[in-house]
Amino acid sequence: MSIKIAGVGKRFADFVALESIDLDIATGELTALLGPSGGGKSTLLRIIAGLEVADSGSVEIEGVNATGLPAQKRNVGFVFQHYAAFRHLTVAGNVGFGLKVRKRPRKEIAARVQELLELVHLSQFADRLPAQLSGGQRQRMALARALAIEPSVLLLDEPFGALDANVRKELRAWLRRLHDEVHVTTVFVTHDQEEALDVADRIVVINQGRIEQVGPPDELYDHPTSEFVMSFLGPVTMLNGHLVRPHDLEIETHPFDNAHRGRIERFNRVGFEVRLHVRLTEDETAPPALVTLTRAEATAKALDTGVPVWIRPVAGASQVRITAPAPTSAESLDLSPADSVPQPTFT
Amino acid sequence: MTPSPGTVEEAQQPVPTPPAGAATNAGGLGDRHRLRRAKSATSLTPISGLGLGIALIWFSLLVLIPLTAVLVQASAAGWSAYWDALSSPQTLAALRLTIGTAVLVTAVNVVMGTAIAWVLVRDQFRGKRLLEVVIDIPFALPTIVAGLVLLSLYGASSPLGVNWANTRVAVFLAFLFVTLPFIVRTVQPVLLELEHEVEEAAASLGASRLTTFRLVILPSLAPAITSGAALSFCRAISEYGSLVLLSGNLPYSTEVASVRIMSSIEGDKLTEAAAVASILLVVALIVIVVLDVISRRVARYA
Repeated sequence: MSIKIAGVGKRFADFVALESIDLDIATGELTALLGPSGGGKSTLLRIIAGLEVADSGSVEIEGVNATGLPAQKRNVGFVFQHYAAFRHLTVAGNVGFGLKVRKRPRKEIAARVQELLELVHLSQFADRLPAQLSGGQRQRMALARALAIEPSVLLLDEPFGALDANVRKELRAWLRRLHDEVHVTTVFVTHDQEEALDVADRIVVINQGRIEQVGPPDELYDHPTSEFVMSFLGPVTMLNGHLVRPHDLEIETHPFDNAHRGRIERFNRVGFEVRLHVRLTEDETAPPALVTLTRAEATAKALDTGVPVWIRPVAGASQVRITAPAPTSAESLDLSPADSVPQPTFT
Repeated sequence: MTPSPGTVEEAQQPVPTPPAGAATNAGGLGDRHRLRRAKSATSLTPISGLGLGIALIWFSLLVLIPLTAVLVQASAAGWSAYWDALSSPQTLAALRLTIGTAVLVTAVNVVMGTAIAWVLVRDQFRGKRLLEVVIDIPFALPTIVAGLVLLSLYGASSPLGVNWANTRVAVFLAFLFVTLPFIVRTVQPVLLELEHEVEEAAASLGASRLTTFRLVILPSLAPAITSGAALSFCRAISEYGSLVLLSGNLPYSTEVASVRIMSSIEGDKLTEAAAVASILLVVALIVIVVLDVISRRVARYA
């Protein structure tokens, strides 16, 4: 295990940021801490880095108990959302900072900086100041700076949060490739489930200071153990007291086994996808169920507004029984068809 | 980021990000800057031409023409008279005292001003608001009032039991009093602007607090410290009101340049007064330039 977290808790005045977290992170793994803002995931990351002190519990990095160690001694690379660039230093100066502090010979620093700038594709910008770089370039510089000290773990706090959508996608694909090359144990914080599903080997879902579920992306998506994880990781709809993914619903224009009867209330085509709102006959007051299928399927089955239909979850569909009133799922049905992903609206 | 008064909040925004992504785009940035600068040097829009004209006339009327007049006055009686005026031992002593004390005071201010600014920005304590206001008092007070305060505190009938009247300490104290706010006020906004994350980044890269201060914070503050130091120095060499009461103006001992100028004028020796003034002018210019160079070096090669 590269990082061992045991019983870590943290409160800020009355606010409980983390409640006794236990988590092991394997060497060389790329782990995402996923959850809504204010859920405690950044606090956990900062505790691992030594930038925040836990009230209770212990942190072990590479077999060394780091609980009482200051950030300086943890040999941890940290990347901030807003880059935290040293503005008065050139790109090369930024990247070489950690080595300069370690009093490495000048030649060695220059060679290492050169190597890292190549790795992050910034070689031609070595003599620029950070202010002369774009956001994506600055973040790559920050990453090179963190990697320069050959950290035992690399921690990234919402690394792509300040970038616009295209650059963000590009950079996360690049981060994945970089990780495959460098293989340093990496933990990154994100509130974007797509980013986590796309990049991580393992996802840790954190909500309200607690770990909701830990597992590989597929497992979390397919076998969520709670309503929260289910609705946070992807689109959900309600059927028969369960949360189910809209693309896991089978739809026919004739009755079939265990299917629920209803009527298509709304027919929306978004690109390759068709989204249907199905009003169920058995409970007209319940919000309509959302069904998504491909356009070809919809055409083949001659689906349209007002058509009577029967729906049921496909075999093996992930379902979670609704216990408490489920605000996220109900809300998602009222949303414009453009965003089928229920994003908890924390800011 | 540490909590900070709202007024400076805007300044904390990171530098605007150029259009994202394209490396080619960023490559053109430097060129564009150069282009803009070159353009503005040669061609002005009517509005900016008017603005520049007004600024120059204003500056000329208030500063350039009077300064030239001083220089003309100083050279009116020819080089030998100018030289005689300056080489008088009394004038030399006054200049030496003024410049020497100003350098010393500025050095003290660099340390103390930065420290006070640091405390005001980084620490939360009772009476902080009050201290903020009090710091500006030397700006607001007529300097002769400052002189009165100093005289009653450190004069012959001092309640503190010290008598610094007619000593060089009086000059030093007066200089300190009037120049206190400069570095505090120039450093404070820059310190507020510094992102806390930058220090955390330095820490995670292994830098101790001292190293972080030396390699990250100080270079960021250097321009503010030096410009504050320049202001402080120039204010000190021109000081008159606050020291005239306490220092006693003893020739060769506590007489400063501005007092020397005053007595020259009273003795109807305008050329001599202008000659001393011209030296102060040159010294001020040199100090401003030197500090600017230092500031660039510190920021560059930290």
